[in-house]
Amino acid sequence: MLSELPPLLSLVIWFPILGGAAVLFVGDDNPGRAKALALTVAILTFLISIPLFTLFDPTTAKMQFQEFVPWIPALSVNYHLGVDGFSMPLILLTAFMNVLVVIAGWEVVQYRVAQYMAAFLIMEGLMIGVFAALDAILFYVFFEAMLIPMFLVIGIWGGPRRVYATLKFFLYTFLGSVFMLIALIYLYTQADSFEILDFHMLPLTLSEQVWIFFAFLLGFSVKVPMWPVHTWLPDAHVEAPTGGSVILAAITLKIGGYGFLRFALPITPDASATLDWLIITLSLIAVVYIGLVALIQQDMKKLIAYSSIAHMGFVTLGFFIAFSIYRHTGSLNGAAMGIEGGMVQMVSHGFISGALFLCVGVLYDRVHSRQIKDYGGVANTMPIFAAFMVLFAMANAGLPGTSGFVGEFLVILSSFKASFWIAFLASFTLILGAAYTLWLVKRVIFGEVGNHHVAELEDVGRREIIMLSLLAAAVLLLGLWPDPLTSTMHATVDNLLQHMTVTKL
Amino acid sequence: MNFVAPDFMPVLPELFVLTMACLILVIDVFLDPQRRHITYGLVQLTLLGAALLTLFSYAQASVVTLSGHYVKDAMGDLLKLFIYLAAAAVFLYSRDYLRQRDLLKGEYFVLGLFGVLGMMIMVSAHSLLTVYLGLELLSLSLYALVATDRDSPVASEAAMKYFVLGSLASGMLLYGISMIYGATGSVDLQVVSIAVARQGANNLVLVFGLVFLVVGLSFKLGAVPFHMWLPDVYQGAPTSVTLYIGSAPKLAAFALVMRILVDGLGALQSDWQGMLIILAAASMALGNLIAIVQTNIKRMLAYSTISHVGFLLLGVLAGDKSGGYAAAMFYTIVYVLMAVGAFGMIILLSRTGFEAENIDDFKGLNDRNPWLAFLMMTIMMSMAGVPFLVGFYAKWVVLQAIVNIGLIWLAILGVVFSVIGAFYYLQVVKCMYFDKPERSEPIQLSLDTEIAISANGLLLVALGLYPTALMGWCAAALSLKGLA
Repeated sequence: MLSELPPLLSLVIWFPILGGAAVLFVGDDNPGRAKALALTVAILTFLISIPLFTLFDPTTAKMQFQEFVPWIPALSVNYHLGVDGFSMPLILLTAFMNVLVVIAGWEVVQYRVAQYMAAFLIMEGLMIGVFAALDAILFYVFFEAMLIPMFLVIGIWGGPRRVYATLKFFLYTFLGSVFMLIALIYLYTQADSFEILDFHMLPLTLSEQVWIFFAFLLGFSVKVPMWPVHTWLPDAHVEAPTGGSVILAAITLKIGGYGFLRFALPITPDASATLDWLIITLSLIAVVYIGLVALIQQDMKKLIAYSSIAHMGFVTLGFFIAFSIYRHTGSLNGAAMGIEGGMVQMVSHGFISGALFLCVGVLYDRVHSRQIKDYGGVANTMPIFAAFMVLFAMANAGLPGTSGFVGEFLVILSSFKASFWIAFLASFTLILGAAYTLWLVKRVIFGEVGNHHVAELEDVGRREIIMLSLLAAAVLLLGLWPDPLTSTMHATVDNLLQHMTVTKL
Repeated sequence: MNFVAPDFMPVLPELFVLTMACLILVIDVFLDPQRRHITYGLVQLTLLGAALLTLFSYAQASVVTLSGHYVKDAMGDLLKLFIYLAAAAVFLYSRDYLRQRDLLKGEYFVLGLFGVLGMMIMVSAHSLLTVYLGLELLSLSLYALVATDRDSPVASEAAMKYFVLGSLASGMLLYGISMIYGATGSVDLQVVSIAVARQGANNLVLVFGLVFLVVGLSFKLGAVPFHMWLPDVYQGAPTSVTLYIGSAPKLAAFALVMRILVDGLGALQSDWQGMLIILAAASMALGNLIAIVQTNIKRMLAYSTISHVGFLLLGVLAGDKSGGYAAAMFYTIVYVLMAVGAFGMIILLSRTGFEAENIDDFKGLNDRNPWLAFLMMTIMMSMAGVPFLVGFYAKWVVLQAIVNIGLIWLAILGVVFSVIGAFYYLQVVKCMYFDKPERSEPIQLSLDTEIAISANGLLLVALGLYPTALMGWCAAALSLKGLA
């Protein structure tokens, strides 16, 4: 039955990559045509990805839409693709956000438009590849290849300190992931296979697991990013063009979280259980300390970047709190809630952080400043924009009814089952998040018109309204009716918990 | 006394290249300088002919001939094919560069061909004497090539340095060979290997011979601490010669290591493994660290070569059981493809009166010629080992071999220095894409060089998407030797 389907996953991976190459060949001489082609490719990719959702069978944890072709048989590496309840939503998120990125760059990017669009399309394919890969080497290949387009995007279209920021971004991520490569090779020597699902079944001693866990931790914590390896993110975000910031915040960070779900938790469950205190501590530091850091930022993008780190702390907290809940209550249901909360938080943060960066982009395009002090009273001149910005800010602060609430609520609720104090500290995010976002809104949107730049602002145009309302719809829909997302995950989460709670020793 | 004529069929490619080289030497003397392209065409035809001869007689099993001095096997044939390919690309890229500098003389091509012949002999050597003969034929051609631009003091200095240090290395090698001969009573690699297996490491003369051989090989490869000549020669030589030295001879050097250490002294693996670990670790560390501070791109690539040699040695020391030899061979071939592209790009950006020698000369290449910038980025990213480019797979198979024998710390060392190395490759990409151009003259390329450099860059992508075939050839070539 499934074999009659076209190879959907390969299509969503390679169509944007080939489309990106085509955009390059249309050339910089003809930006109009390049943009039109890029938009077509992005929209088509999103349309192709929709059947992944509609045909998805939520009752099973098995990999779906699988594709299997031997790739490097001598080393038993296969081109093996498939999705489950974790990866499918993230693929849709990627395809969705890329359409917005293309729209966001439509008028703003003037220099080398074709290369800009092509970089994003190629990156889209590679990121989807990361989520769809079921072979460790294939995963690693996509994971690393993604760095090249992002490196160029920040470096070519970025701000004044772009070279520093992009080199830091590249080298941090590269350094983190090479250790993961060695761990994967080591796993291969034990399992005689590069299949991720075989790794899940592989018995390993505790000391092996601890080493491998730390290798994964290095690789993924840089991506997430977790404190203390987060310092590349504010730099990269501030210097990146709007589209780059959106993709970084909405997708790249999620790859780190996804990596924990796909690799660290199921492959090294005993090490994860033993070291869960470490991740929980780091996550709480991210939530509380980075939340405080966000409070004092003068630069809007930097503020949102720090807020991203704090929110991603919630994701890792949700994933790793599961062990503690299981130890305390012996019930898998509470543990499942933490993981689902983390997943919902990832998707929701993808929408919200993307939206906030787009909002900053809208302002930056007009005033060419990201400093909070250069604004004030924007609501007077840009009422429609102000409405959107306030909505996204509220969602970022976790207002009930928006998607930001669902994930945070689930994670805090499950933390309570593990320990009151963890939940207490985690709840700080509700206060801090509200504080820094609302204060940002107060200083930028409300009040008297700050200066003549603000007085001359024009409200958002049709293009910007389309892109912001798409995101607003997503944020509200996920906030009011998260069931379509959570129900796709139940079976997968249960399956993950089986792997996590059964010892591999 | 019966004289039995040896079987010359396996040596046919070598004989062909030798004959053609002599013929071209004579023809060139009678050629009008305006018609030098005939020499060039003949050289390319020679390489093509040799490639066809090798291809059609591709070895299915090892054949030893010329009284045990020469062997034709799949490893040799595969390496030879890539030597022809690299040499052909070198001549093609160099042609316009040499013409612009009035260096387009027959000597360059003839010496180049003799160098190719030397490499072929090294690759197919089956006795320590043949190894030495091939090596000297190659080295002498290279010394002369470095000095071709005789009015350039830098080039003369480089040639001198290369000659003195190279002779020293040859001396070491010869000294080692004499000790091995003393200990085993033969120069035939097969006899040597049997004798060595019987005596083991107990024979002090043998161990001393081994040390001298390893020192000599390290000189030729440019492994730390015997690397001093490499940056100076790379920088001082005309870029066309740097391109030559930096590419095909690496294949021959790999063959040299395989013939001497593996075929001849395989029984002493536990002894030379430790030496190679030190050489490899030092090469990766020093090469990558010093390359960071270079501003001259030829010098930077020289230090990058040193670090790549370190990685290559990692594969060799991992040994056959872990697939290390096949990994090292794959690494060498891939490295040569990348080096030809990188140095080729430097040549193509140079014009009359202007050498694109500094990393700054690549500034704003994306604005001047996006396609060339893309190709150069491909090459640089491949050297850095970023996936979907073949350089990644080369690093990966070597790391896998190292992890297989349990030297995980060495693998970690390798990847850490790869990350450090990525920095200077990224610097080049940064110059091309993030900086504004300092020059505005258009870059003129003749059609054939443009096609060649495009093919070169795209090959790195294509092999990155489908590395299976090349990996398979390497593994098959070595399994025919009884090594996998």
